Amino acid sequence: MKSLQDCANERILIIDGAMGTMIQRYKLQEADYRGTRFANYHSDLKGNNDLLNLTQPQIIEAIHKEYLEAGADIIETNTFSSTSIAMADYNMQELAYELNVEAAKIAKRAAAEYTAKNPDKPRFVAGAIGPMNKTLSLSPDVNNPGFRSVYFDEVAASYQEQIRGLSDGGVDILLIETIFDTLNCKAAIYAIRKYFRESGKPMLPIMISGTITDASGRTLSGQTLEAFYISVMHANPFSIGLNCALGGQQMRPYVEELSNIASCYVSCYPNAGLPNAFGEYDEEPEDTACIIEDFAKSGFVNIVGGCCGTTPDHIRHIAEHVKNIKPRRKPELAATI
Amino acid sequence: MNDTLTNTTIDNNNVNETTGNERKVIKPFLRLSGLEPLVVRPETNFLNVGERTNVTGSKKFARLIREGHYEEALSVARQQVENGAQILDVNMDDALLDGEVAMTTFLNLLAAEPDISRIPVMIDSSKFSVIEAGLKCVQGKCIVNSISLKEGEAKFIEQANICKDYGAAVVVMAFDEHGQADTEDKRVNFSYRAYKILTEKVGFDPQDIIFDPNIFAIATGIEEHNNYAVEFINATRRIKELMPLAKVSGGVSNVSFSFRGNEPVREAMHSVFLYHAIKAGMDMGIVNAGMLQIYDDIEPQLRELCEDAILNRREDATERLIQFAETVKSKGKVTEKDETWRQGTVEERLSHALVNGITDYIDQDTEEARQKYPRPLDVIEGPLMAGMNIVGDLFGSGKMFLPQVVKSARVMKKSVAILTPYIEEEKLRIQAEQGGEIKNAGKILLATVKGDVHDIGKNIVGVVLACNGYEIIDLGVMVPAEKILQTARQEKVDIIGLSGLITPSLDEMVHVARELKRQDFDIPLIIGGATTSRTHTAVKIAQEYEHGVVHVLDASRSVTVTGSLLNKALKPDFLESIRKEYQQLNEAFKNKKQTKQFLPIAEAQQNKSAIDWDNFKPVKPKFLGVKKFESYDLAEIAAYIDWQPFFIAWELHGKFPQILSDEVVGEAATRLYKDAKGLLDKIIKEKWLTANAVIGLFPAVRTAADTVQVSPEKGGIVNLEFLRQQLKKAPGQPNFSLADFIAPAEKGYTDYIGGFAVTTGIGIEKWLEKFEAEHDDYNSIMLKALADRLAEAFAELMHERVRKEFWGYASDEHFTNEELIKEAYSGIRPAPGYPACPDHTEKYKLFDMLDATANTGIELTESLAMYPASSVSGWYFANPEAKYFGLGKIEKDQVTDYAARKGWTVEEAEQWLRPNLEYDI
Repeated sequence: MKSLQDCANERILIIDGAMGTMIQRYKLQEADYRGTRFANYHSDLKGNNDLLNLTQPQIIEAIHKEYLEAGADIIETNTFSSTSIAMADYNMQELAYELNVEAAKIAKRAAAEYTAKNPDKPRFVAGAIGPMNKTLSLSPDVNNPGFRSVYFDEVAASYQEQIRGLSDGGVDILLIETIFDTLNCKAAIYAIRKYFRESGKPMLPIMISGTITDASGRTLSGQTLEAFYISVMHANPFSIGLNCALGGQQMRPYVEELSNIASCYVSCYPNAGLPNAFGEYDEEPEDTACIIEDFAKSGFVNIVGGCCGTTPDHIRHIAEHVKNIKPRRKPELAATI
Repeated sequence: MNDTLTNTTIDNNNVNETTGNERKVIKPFLRLSGLEPLVVRPETNFLNVGERTNVTGSKKFARLIREGHYEEALSVARQQVENGAQILDVNMDDALLDGEVAMTTFLNLLAAEPDISRIPVMIDSSKFSVIEAGLKCVQGKCIVNSISLKEGEAKFIEQANICKDYGAAVVVMAFDEHGQADTEDKRVNFSYRAYKILTEKVGFDPQDIIFDPNIFAIATGIEEHNNYAVEFINATRRIKELMPLAKVSGGVSNVSFSFRGNEPVREAMHSVFLYHAIKAGMDMGIVNAGMLQIYDDIEPQLRELCEDAILNRREDATERLIQFAETVKSKGKVTEKDETWRQGTVEERLSHALVNGITDYIDQDTEEARQKYPRPLDVIEGPLMAGMNIVGDLFGSGKMFLPQVVKSARVMKKSVAILTPYIEEEKLRIQAEQGGEIKNAGKILLATVKGDVHDIGKNIVGVVLACNGYEIIDLGVMVPAEKILQTARQEKVDIIGLSGLITPSLDEMVHVARELKRQDFDIPLIIGGATTSRTHTAVKIAQEYEHGVVHVLDASRSVTVTGSLLNKALKPDFLESIRKEYQQLNEAFKNKKQTKQFLPIAEAQQNKSAIDWDNFKPVKPKFLGVKKFESYDLAEIAAYIDWQPFFIAWELHGKFPQILSDEVVGEAATRLYKDAKGLLDKIIKEKWLTANAVIGLFPAVRTAADTVQVSPEKGGIVNLEFLRQQLKKAPGQPNFSLADFIAPAEKGYTDYIGGFAVTTGIGIEKWLEKFEAEHDDYNSIMLKALADRLAEAFAELMHERVRKEFWGYASDEHFTNEELIKEAYSGIRPAPGYPACPDHTEKYKLFDMLDATANTGIELTESLAMYPASSVSGWYFANPEAKYFGLGKIEKDQVTDYAARKGWTVEEAEQWLRPNLEYDI
């Protein structure tokens, strides 16, 4: 079967769209989130989407399949917040490992089914590693800029637990995404290197996807795009890219810049435009697809898909629009200056 | 511009790098980052690592940290950055401090100061636990200073691995298990051993390894120490030869340790030492940014003595230097030498102050110069500019470093600030004398492009232009294209000026030009900076943007260029002359490159469009022959108008109808559109213009590769001659010729071709005369622009009727006007003289076949322009494969062949086809 590398060399790969938007369509209530296992849990659980890996796995699997049906080559596990630090919001930090294992298994099951249907188009599962709700470079207290609500070692340990779960559950790729503080990302890279060194398992490909928060062209922690890329190059990533915060249109200059400086593959999965007055995303699938097609035609990208507000329909249109466009060629690495 | 701070010149290699479709090349530069990237390129010259945030080196900093005055300690860091430090060395190794806590606290606070944390950090400690504590606080890619083989290979590998886990570059001290390298050979061998381990066992990239081959104190009185500097310099040379991607660094102030307390001598020693070490390949050094003396300016006797000591040239070098140091010391800080420069002329003094960054006397010297020169502006353009040119030259030849240049700029700014009120006053006076309101000559946006921090030249240009009455919006350095464009639009600037010193800035300028085009800007672009050149501008940038790209050599030239660009009367001629000049440069460059390959015409003909003529059934037109239309209904034509070019004609760029609500031009566009509609109504109602057209549809076959034989109704045959693309195409891409779209005669059936000529300009003259008599340029231009639009609309309308009725090959087609404008339909109508068939003279045949002049009133001028100007003519091709293309350049073999077909001499053919010739005639 073709490897991820083979697939990336021959075409533009499609990564799936938003999970949250799709879960919303099921209009789940508190009781649905709780399931039987957590029926008597002491705190509210509605909104803990990652918990659905345990309580409503059939819904998560159905969503994965919709994206696979739409043509996604890579689907992301439903683990954006499955770290002990993020789960603390629901008093569920001890579930972190289990959430990751189960989420990986669900996604793998769905991917395997579609790979079996068409072995020429193998499907891959990326373990989603989110940014956490606490940052290492920014003080939450404006009057005390040196203060930190969390420390590197805690973040790294929390990530390492998540990585262990994803790896044990069988993911093909690790995807550090929606990075708005580069130091958190560096802690994740640190954890990945440490985990694979200690476990002796072969290293998985790493995808890194940062977030440019606004027109300043910088991450929330203040780095320019190139500074961000330089800061994470040591991960030797399979791909570097951008997701979230911006729609494709606003992302264009940054995707272009990345395509110029990145020695690895370039990914891009924007939001479905900018949110409207109601915080909803209303960019039509065809519109998103046209923007991404322009990126593809300009030779900027290797992996494309969608973030907030995108649906299987968006992914289907994107896949259709880029299917005959050659992927960006990786630059040649010169041996001398 | 005056960014002539390096001698880097552009070469073919650079230009190739920027070519769009070629595979990009990423070079193994050392890349570091704070909030902003720091890429160490060959032209980076020498990196200053700020040393003052080091408790072992700075008593003040140590005291502030010990007493917990972190805020003030941050100001020390800020000062280092302001003085030109490119990396910040942070060291908390003090017996009285908890190093880990102090490092963590300081770096966390630093992260909240964007003006400091924009540069990368060098985490400096002899305790690895302190280093690791630091690594946990820094989001950028930093440098660890240092690790070594002191505690053996296992420990070294362990620490290197940790550094790699955090993604840091490392400084490796030249140590081994037995101690510090103190000879040239040991320095090289220890370094090489560490290099092998790091690259082979830990997986370090060679460019992430920085060697510190130990700078020791010389001139200590101990004989063995005398050769330390020489050995460091030699070792540096050998390390760089052996491991070219690795870097060499060192603590420079060590070398003069024996002269502590005597700053003038120490600074001189540092400058001399660096001058030689950098030549040998030293890439960076821990220095007190802002305290380096200029090599050329060291008092000659002192410099000689320092050279002797550093290079170990005489046995008594130490003794002689000590003796001299005593005299300097005894004289105190202000030595006699310091004052001698005050004896010079005011020009010499200004120059000295600029080169040495001395602001002490700048007020009085500037004032003196102001009184001496007729105009305050002359002081800037004269002595100040002259001084800055010297600064540029010194930097370029490695005799001056960035911090000094920053100081020079400060002197410049100060002097200009003194002059500014006088310049303003003069401006007001002139305005008062000449009457009229105070008005800026124009608005100019200046920016050093993204990735580049060099802005002295740009600032000078800003100053000089401001002095000439322009309003300057200076966006500073490292400005992304997005911001440049956004500001340009918001502020409605008249000119954008881009500056850059380093080679990659060239690519960025190309990018800005592309973005200007993509976003439909129409203001001129000025390019300046040391690595920029006329050739690069002509070959790479001007090609991307058609509204004027001008390379400006220096600030003084910028005034005339700006003047020409902002003067409506001068601008067109000026831009045209620049365009011609650049075109020549471009062609000269292309000829040199010879990368474009052309096919012999016979081969190009073989590679024609692959149309399956065997299975093709031509649609016979509903009528054959010529049909004329007189006084066509203007209202019907008006419905086909494509408004976008109308706005372009008025220099309002943007998509229609979005342009009407455009933030910037929307209001103007809406007003214009309203006026245009008003006039159009009048034209239609009062029948100001007469619209005539003629179309013809004829049997035709292709009789040779590029010849189409037409049999007009009135008898005889006409051979239409076409030209074929000759540029070598990618596999599967045909070399087009319009002849390809007509069936070949040997297939045995008849195909068809059409022709048309339309005009909406009949009768325009008297109205134009009327408006001109009323000095109403607005309506005069408006009428011409509308007539042009009507002519194009008429061509569109007739083409549709031909497709649906007269030829009838698309009788069921139904398109909106928008789709028509986008040419969604089948078939084309190329005009002789345009890209697909650039030979204007074929128009004679077209006009003859259509009897166009008699049928429509359109006449051909001797240069084959149509009169009235609001006329359109062309061929109709109906084949569904038919498409528009540009002929591009052609070779002599095709020209010779074409001349024979046309019955011309080769010279005649070359004259008519000149813009398409690949070769010089």
